[in-house]
Amino acid sequence: MIWVAVISCGIGCYLLKLAGLSIPSRVLERPLVQRVADLLPVALLAALITVQVFSGGDGAHPRIVIDARLAGLAAAVVALLLRAPFLVVVIVAAATAALIRTV
Amino acid sequence: MTPEKTPEKTPEPPPIDPDRRREIVRDSLAVAVATGAYGISFGAIGVSSGLNVAQTCALSLLVFTGASQFALVGVIAAGGTPLVGAASGLLLGVRNALYGLRLAPLLDWRGARRAGAAHLLIDESAAMSVTRETTAEARVGFLTTGVGIFVLWNLATLIGAIAGESIGDPRAYGLDAAVGGAFLALLWPRLDSPTHRATAVIAAAVALALIPLTPAGTPVLAAAVVALGLALRGSGPGGSGAGR
Repeated sequence: MIWVAVISCGIGCYLLKLAGLSIPSRVLERPLVQRVADLLPVALLAALITVQVFSGGDGAHPRIVIDARLAGLAAAVVALLLRAPFLVVVIVAAATAALIRTV
Repeated sequence: MTPEKTPEKTPEPPPIDPDRRREIVRDSLAVAVATGAYGISFGAIGVSSGLNVAQTCALSLLVFTGASQFALVGVIAAGGTPLVGAASGLLLGVRNALYGLRLAPLLDWRGARRAGAAHLLIDESAAMSVTRETTAEARVGFLTTGVGIFVLWNLATLIGAIAGESIGDPRAYGLDAAVGGAFLALLWPRLDSPTHRATAVIAAAVALALIPLTPAGTPVLAAAVVALGLALRGSGPGGSGAGR
């Protein structure tokens, strides 16, 4: 039964991905879809950051956790304000969190 | 660099500056390493949830979208039936389809290439390509991130499934904070208008509120719905609506 779940979930998730990349251009040319496509990356990234930084607990009991990741994000903000390049921002975020966990 | 008249059909995108390519590859690999390492956690959790090593590895190979995989094993670990787990995984996979709204025209792949690339469409590959200006840049970001994570995620899943989390916690190296920092660096230049800033704040607030209430992946899916709602509210810059 687990195998059936694994394989059907795999096929279904693949078809969803393929459907996304196969959206016909006449749909994408609609003004509403254009506005969604403009806002989608912003909403997506903001939500991904939030989940990356605040989510904790385990799969069955997710919860909001405030820990060294938030300090890492704050350090990333400072790096971005100082116009640091992408890789520096990433390393600063990781190093800050790692450093805080060692103390 | 030289702007030319675009013909009706563009089989190949204009070439990409080598320095720019190197920069995108480097940035994408950083995200791939930080994300791929989490396969260890998934492998360990999969096995402790009642799946065997082969099933856990098959999930990473076939499903290959983290939130759906965690949802499936989470349901099984909580005593749910495997098919309910598969349904939860599928529901969360819907957001990958939504990324296509932006990525389909940007990546502009057809036929077999599209079919192959589709498997690599996940949060991180979308994030590393969705903000690019050109098709060539988007493809480099997408493929480097997607292939990099696919290789590392599957390798790490196997290691985690066999060895458990004793192998080392990615958090010790701050890898969990690295990905948040990477996504912030991608978002930063896009916070250039009141509409975009309002969208970011609302999406983050919705995601935060849903973290304790819903399975992993749902908060991000909800953020995509937020984008849809804000787009429906009106096109005017004043119509971005900071509330309802």
